[in-house]
Amino acid sequence: MSQWKNFSKGFFKENAVFVLLLGLCPTLGVTTSAFNGLGMGLATTFVLVGSNIVVSLIKSFIPDKVRIPSFIVIIASFVTIVELVMQAYVPDLFAALGLFIPLIVVNCLVLGRAEAFASKNNLVTSAIDGLGMGLGFSMALTILGAVREILGSGSIFGFKFIQGDGMIVFILAPGAFFALAYLVVIVNKINKKQA
Amino acid sequence: MAKKESTFISMVFTLFLVTLFASAALALVYEATKEPIAEAKRLKKMNAIGEVVPDFDNDPGVEVKKLGMGKDTLYFYHARMGDSVTGIAVETYTYTGFSGLVKLMVGFRPDGSIHNISVLEHAETPGLGDKMIREKSFDKKTGLSWSSQFEGKDPQEYLLKVKQDDGDVDAITAATITSRAFCDAVQRAYDGLQEIDGTEEQKSE
Repeated sequence: MSQWKNFSKGFFKENAVFVLLLGLCPTLGVTTSAFNGLGMGLATTFVLVGSNIVVSLIKSFIPDKVRIPSFIVIIASFVTIVELVMQAYVPDLFAALGLFIPLIVVNCLVLGRAEAFASKNNLVTSAIDGLGMGLGFSMALTILGAVREILGSGSIFGFKFIQGDGMIVFILAPGAFFALAYLVVIVNKINKKQA
Repeated sequence: MAKKESTFISMVFTLFLVTLFASAALALVYEATKEPIAEAKRLKKMNAIGEVVPDFDNDPGVEVKKLGMGKDTLYFYHARMGDSVTGIAVETYTYTGFSGLVKLMVGFRPDGSIHNISVLEHAETPGLGDKMIREKSFDKKTGLSWSSQFEGKDPQEYLLKVKQDDGDVDAITAATITSRAFCDAVQRAYDGLQEIDGTEEQKSE
């Protein structure tokens, strides 16, 4: 598998949200606007790349039976780093994402990549996998956030283009399920055509 | 790739090393971000105070009074221009919001009337309850938002209850619970202000 394929699979073929349906908790929770989706996606990308690199570096030192606890400790450390840095330098984004930042620890996308990919591949391949998967995740969250923001509040990245409210249901929890369902349908349709 | 064997010693040793490095890394990041985080929090608070009281030239964060009230504490920030107090910002709270805790910064003029109110923290429903935030219910044509109705009102004569409860406040459409909570928090701020004013007068006598 070429590195390009390794990188690009995260966007469509194995997109974490639209195809693998992993990490849905933050996906549904924070995507009330495109900006929140993008912020959450980039935070997750950082954690993914960091944990993939570290896991692939130390994979041969870790006894099999304690690999999951070790991975979780590594992931949790990266998440805490993201949390502290965000709180210090982008407090507005931190306020919007709030609770969902610490929840990246239990995002099965991150542990899934560490367990299924980084613990079996070398450093460069794992880093590229993390970057591709993370950016694919960010793309998915931004699209979902944009759709919900356009329909729900009539704005995009905070720029309002209609007066008053949109269809409020789209920025509430049920709207997340509606929007996600239709996006999954569309992406699966495209993937099928390509195959 | 040869996996290391899972003996008791190797497992304990590995986990020890992993947690050791993780905590060392976190300690470093924590130290590095401690000051910026405190600074960001302070700035946010100062902005909120600046929004709700008339012009001032002191640092309201220096002179802070605390008053325990109900389940939580109210904080009073005195804004001054020269020697005279131009306004008092009160950080107040309520637990009766639709999703629990709501924190407000309420600015009072020296005569006790409300100058302005800003929302510090909340978890109300987007599109409904969050209209209590000024920007969320701002109408370009009138230049007013939902919380504008409080401006200039003196809680002594202005009953801080929604109209459904025989008060003077127009509730947010479809968010009466949030509106009630908002009134509750503002009322608490006013009560707290009366209380600390009372104790100050006694002291000066």
